[in-house]
Amino acid sequence: MANVVYLVPLFPLIGFLINGIFWKKMPKSLGGAIGTVAILASFIVSLGVFFEVKSASFHGPLTVTLFDFISTGNIHIPFAFQVDALSSLFLLIITGVGTLIHLYSTSYMHDDEGMVKYFAYLNLFVFSMLLLVLGANYLIMFIGWEGVGLCSYLLIGFWFKNRDYTNAAKKAFVMNRIGDLGFLVGMLLVLFNFGTLTYLDFFGKLGDASLIIPKSTYNWIALCFFIGATGKSAQIPLYTWLPDAMAGPTPVSALIHAATMVTAGIYMIARSGALYSLTPSILHIIAVVGLLTAILAATIAIRQYDIKKVLAYSTVSQLGFMFLALGVGAYTTAVFHVMTHAFFKALLFLGSGSVIHAMGGEQDIRNMGGLGKHMRVTQATFFVGCLAIAGIPGLSGFFSKDEILAATFAHSTLLYALALIAAMMTAFYMFRLYVLTFNGKFRGTEEQHHHLHESPAAMTIPLVILAILSIVGGYVGLPSVISEHNTFATYLSPVVHNFSHHHLSHGTEWGLMGLSVTVVIIMIAIAYAVHSKPKFKESTGIAKLLENKWYMDEIYDALIVKPIEGISNALDKFVDRHGIDGIVNGVGKTVRWGGDRLRMLQTGQVGTYIFIMVMGIVVLFTISFFWIK
Amino acid sequence: MILLFLILVPLLSGILSFSVKGSAAKTLALISSMITLGLSAYVSATNYKEAIVFSCEWIPMLGTQFSLVADGMSSMLCLLTGIVSLVVFLTNLDKDTEAPGSFNGFMLLSQAGLMGVFLATDALVFYVFWELALIPVYFLCSRWGGEKRIPVTFKFFVYTFVGSLMLLAGLIYLSLQTPGTVSYAWADIVAAGNALPATTQQGLFWLIFIAFAIKMPIFPFHTWQPDAYEQSPTPVTIILSALMVKMGLYAVLRWLLPVLPMGVALWSNFVVILSVIGIVYASCIAIVQTDIKRLVAYSSIAHMGLMSAAAFSANAIGMHGIMVQMFNHGINITGMWLIVSMIENRWGTRDMTKMGGMASVAPRMAIALVIISLANIALPLTNGFVGEFMLFNGLFAGDHSAPQIGIMVLAGLGIILGAVYTLNMIQKTAYGNTTEMVISKDLSVNEYAGLAIIIAVILYLGVYPKPLLDLTAGMIGG
Repeated sequence: MANVVYLVPLFPLIGFLINGIFWKKMPKSLGGAIGTVAILASFIVSLGVFFEVKSASFHGPLTVTLFDFISTGNIHIPFAFQVDALSSLFLLIITGVGTLIHLYSTSYMHDDEGMVKYFAYLNLFVFSMLLLVLGANYLIMFIGWEGVGLCSYLLIGFWFKNRDYTNAAKKAFVMNRIGDLGFLVGMLLVLFNFGTLTYLDFFGKLGDASLIIPKSTYNWIALCFFIGATGKSAQIPLYTWLPDAMAGPTPVSALIHAATMVTAGIYMIARSGALYSLTPSILHIIAVVGLLTAILAATIAIRQYDIKKVLAYSTVSQLGFMFLALGVGAYTTAVFHVMTHAFFKALLFLGSGSVIHAMGGEQDIRNMGGLGKHMRVTQATFFVGCLAIAGIPGLSGFFSKDEILAATFAHSTLLYALALIAAMMTAFYMFRLYVLTFNGKFRGTEEQHHHLHESPAAMTIPLVILAILSIVGGYVGLPSVISEHNTFATYLSPVVHNFSHHHLSHGTEWGLMGLSVTVVIIMIAIAYAVHSKPKFKESTGIAKLLENKWYMDEIYDALIVKPIEGISNALDKFVDRHGIDGIVNGVGKTVRWGGDRLRMLQTGQVGTYIFIMVMGIVVLFTISFFWIK
Repeated sequence: MILLFLILVPLLSGILSFSVKGSAAKTLALISSMITLGLSAYVSATNYKEAIVFSCEWIPMLGTQFSLVADGMSSMLCLLTGIVSLVVFLTNLDKDTEAPGSFNGFMLLSQAGLMGVFLATDALVFYVFWELALIPVYFLCSRWGGEKRIPVTFKFFVYTFVGSLMLLAGLIYLSLQTPGTVSYAWADIVAAGNALPATTQQGLFWLIFIAFAIKMPIFPFHTWQPDAYEQSPTPVTIILSALMVKMGLYAVLRWLLPVLPMGVALWSNFVVILSVIGIVYASCIAIVQTDIKRLVAYSSIAHMGLMSAAAFSANAIGMHGIMVQMFNHGINITGMWLIVSMIENRWGTRDMTKMGGMASVAPRMAIALVIISLANIALPLTNGFVGEFMLFNGLFAGDHSAPQIGIMVLAGLGIILGAVYTLNMIQKTAYGNTTEMVISKDLSVNEYAGLAIIIAVILYLGVYPKPLLDLTAGMIGG
């Protein structure tokens, strides 16, 4: 199966082409079916690939080369895929969660006139995402990287008549491009110093002393790639696009802005683990940035009232956790959290979609409440999602988050304490969201109340499957205190393994677990207590600061956007039109014969051009003839 | 002989066109451009390994031979000229052009001139074709242009006239330095230039460089360009931006870099700095344009800045990147102008603040706009990416000193700013609610065909750039 791995991205590409070319004629249901089946087919092939890689007969990474992409001088960059544990795992996550979200979309988007176009974009997204994780070199990853950015742009601005939405789309694309520039420079550095972009060649040359590459170069490469990751994975300072990206249809938020695309940065750094293990100072930066992002986003999530905004900030915060894991050298742990997060965050987003669907488009949780009575499946699955993300023992999020906390503790107690605070906030804002949405009395309009209903099966089935995965998904990566065998880490070990010097005693590990579970349960209890009879009043002080997201957008606007516009206007109005052009026009006017010709021109006698030109040429030739001896 | 036909077909059909009226003139131009494209495709397909040569006596008294050579770079540019001309005449079929016979006549003459410029290996022949390509443009602009056409044509004329004279003076001077009798042959000019002392080379460098810099244009020699693009009829704008700017860059690669190596070496850093300043400068200005044509014009200046920076960075991958990007930029900017002229035609204005909602009314047009815009900002799997990636490699192959990195950063800013102005344009035209339009129709058959050719090239070379890379591989000297 692994040698036909190109089928995995091929099916979504075909789906995209069919829906993209025939979007005008295509019946909506058929378009949805084509889109969904395409991803399902990819999922089936991915399963085959996964089990082949898992089997004992599979030896090392397999490279599948399709054709020569860029070949110039001694640089050869093939269009090639690499099949190994890491890529095959991501294939499963992307196509598996992707299939469920496509299925969900067939119902969610059914009343939208652009449904076929929607499925075309969604298939194109999956195609790009698969290129990103399948590429055997950084250039193919970059193709996917920018491709997913494009699809994200198209889907955020899917309802293109709304100017706020298209602004959000533009913001996402531009902020991603800032990161992409970092990625590009990183690639150029690798190519310049190592003469290759292929992972296996590059990693093979990393320790090569004969190349005489200074340590600082390694750091620069690692830093540039991380800058790329901050854009795509919404980390400080490039995170502000992700909350705005919620303008897109909710299943898009689930697939692109929670489960898959935004984890590309984690994939990239885990993939480059061999490089990062040589640059501990950059790892330290990653850990700090990740942790700060986790805390900052969590504080904002506490005071948001838009159901999707809470989840968006929660995603930013969880991505921060993953970077923290990478930063402390726990690469497999980060990938583990990518997987469990894909399950429970996709679940939560789809659940919120179900809620929004029932509420007739309403997203403000102040107008919700008591929805549980009307939509039991959504409520139950959402509850599972909340438990999982909060880290309640037994659910997937517990195992991955606990592993991150343990690795952080082994690295630094200070980082651990801060990470624990972020985890506490997570439990609080998630249950605040849950209680305000599903418990208590309904606070919306009478019309909305009348309209409340459970979503159709195409939407609830994915919820149930994801809820099951959110529960059991963690058992592949049991902590060492519980089981000797961490299946997940063993599977990834040929490609990625944790880079960490410290080992915790079992006693410490149990202690940490107990501590985090205790504080999380306390936070959940507080969330219930505070929000069971909610009163919403104008917030002041720190609450207002949080509600306004620390005014980060306003700060960026004042510091970056406005100055660029000002400078650009000045260049346009003064430098270009009056400065440079003024000089040119001045020169033209001061030359006397120029003035004469202007008069002739204005009479419309264009022929004078030629006359003058010929005269000029004659003069020059005359001069030249005198020079010939 | 085939090279001669490459020039003669547009030249003769151009002359013929002046005496033809109405739709016959359009058909004539279309047939002529199809034949030329066929010929240039044949030349490109056959000269992978060996250049095609043509030579005959011309004016022995002046020491000039009518000699043409089609190597990889020349064939590639002839092919580009062929494709662009065909697309232009094709999309112009259903447009109401005043006096189409004369219009197409001038267009075809200009095309003949361009072919000659790209093929000539004799400096004087090169110069004659250079003028033959330019002169029809003055007529086209001043007769068929917009409301401000006269002052704009004048400014364009002053710029290029000054440049042309400097170029001619430089070439004549070089021809007098050739070993033996006066010769304009490329090899002799190169030998003569190389033999000159550094100080003389410097002087000559500026003389010739300014002529080419105006044509490309390189900052700060660019101010004729936004006006000319804005005021010219679309087919002329396409010829100017897709082909004539390549003429400037081509001339740098053929007639400047190899001829005056010491002069180039002394000033190349300066030119690279000018070029990258131009990238950021033009990109910034593009961001605040409300006139869609001026936006595209400044975007084109930014793109040419990157190419010229790579041209003066002197390394193989950058050079190869220029070859690739010359072709791709030609294709993309043609597509961009086509779609922009359709937009102008639909709304009856160039002011983007009055536009919006194209995606609702004319979805095909909006899709074409998006695809061409993505190629314009070099998204991977469009043709724009490969060239830009190679150009950045070229810029980056230097010594990684602080100024070098500064240059990189400036050039890199172009990538980000490019996304800003391009997405601004899409947002203002395609998205939002539909504003009042003069003609609310999606693509016509001709428009569809023209854009389909462009988009096919964009995607094909974006996914599989090998043919283009192979065609031009010989130019970088292995």
